[in-house]
Amino acid sequence: MTFLKNISDIHLDILKEVGNIGAGHAATALSTLMNKKIDMTVPSVRVVSFDEVMELAGGADNVVASVFLRIEGEAPGSMFFILPLPQAEKYIRQLTKNQSFTFSDVQDNDIELAMSALQELGNILSGSYLSSLSDFTHLSLYPSVPALSVDMVGAVITFGLLELSQVSDYAIVIDTALDEEDAKLPESVRGHFFLLPDPDSFHIIFSALGVKVDA
Amino acid sequence: MHKTAEIIKVGIADMNIVKAPDLIRTTGLGSCVGVVLYDQAKELAGMAHVMLPDSSLSRTEPLNKAKFANTAIKELFEILMKSGARQAVIKAKIAGGAQMFQFSGSSDMMRIGPRNVEAVLQELKELRIPVIAHDVGGNSGRTIEFDPKTGLMQIRTVNKGNSEI
Repeated sequence: MTFLKNISDIHLDILKEVGNIGAGHAATALSTLMNKKIDMTVPSVRVVSFDEVMELAGGADNVVASVFLRIEGEAPGSMFFILPLPQAEKYIRQLTKNQSFTFSDVQDNDIELAMSALQELGNILSGSYLSSLSDFTHLSLYPSVPALSVDMVGAVITFGLLELSQVSDYAIVIDTALDEEDAKLPESVRGHFFLLPDPDSFHIIFSALGVKVDA
Repeated sequence: MHKTAEIIKVGIADMNIVKAPDLIRTTGLGSCVGVVLYDQAKELAGMAHVMLPDSSLSRTEPLNKAKFANTAIKELFEILMKSGARQAVIKAKIAGGAQMFQFSGSSDMMRIGPRNVEAVLQELKELRIPVIAHDVGGNSGRTIEFDPKTGLMQIRTVNKGNSEI
């Protein structure tokens, strides 16, 4: 885990701020889209094993709707917007004006519209996360076209760990949860943003923000 | 006292072995491949959750052998042999290697699932371990559970239900 060797608490605090700014803008975008007040948690930045990354998203077996995109440009990485199914259903109902939508009993012609609504939601939120991150760091960051998958957490998140897995058995996860105000949702039904910078991107992000990493 | 069956869990880039009546399971295989080697008569099996095709991709020391197809299968084979499995009768079942996301302009990393499957099959061929059954590819995540007593692998998917190989 050599790339983690020089990461101190100060660096983790900076990554927290990165999550704060990105998810803050995304929460505003979601709030506008849904016409509801959206709260976000204080971002957490954790150095965790791959299995623990899955636990953060509810466990490897847990089925979620997930929008994944690769960040390209000066500081490449992976980003996930993860919604538990009840939450995804709620957003789909609101966006498609189909109040009876559920994943468990879905008509073929409904699923296409539902998926496209969810994908668009993911596009807007991750786009706003990334553009505020790009403004904050003055780095050029471009999102790939986001891809949507409704499947097990383990199966979808591994994809974002591939770059890291070549240098480490640990990941630095910048995690922010979103909630509707007053919803008082348990942890398991919250939407999450996961930002997983590639190993070589950390020192680029730090030096863009004027912090040295001793090499 | 009667021993109740336990389920041994295998994490990502991890491996373990199991003896009946216990079962062995790994959850949420996407592009990763779950490899089971087993000696049916001895009711002994090992499972690896392979993440990448080749240890030459690794830029770190020490190497986590369970992570790469070319190192994981050899290691698992040796552990099984030390635990009393017999080389001539060891067989394999594999599952996983899906392509979870469809992207345009697919780079090498984008088709990691198929590459993992190819690497696993190649390694099994070199060790002369016959592949009795496989369920690979597609675009669904899989959770697999192997019973060393029956030699059967249960496969659970979200979209395509359950199956047994």
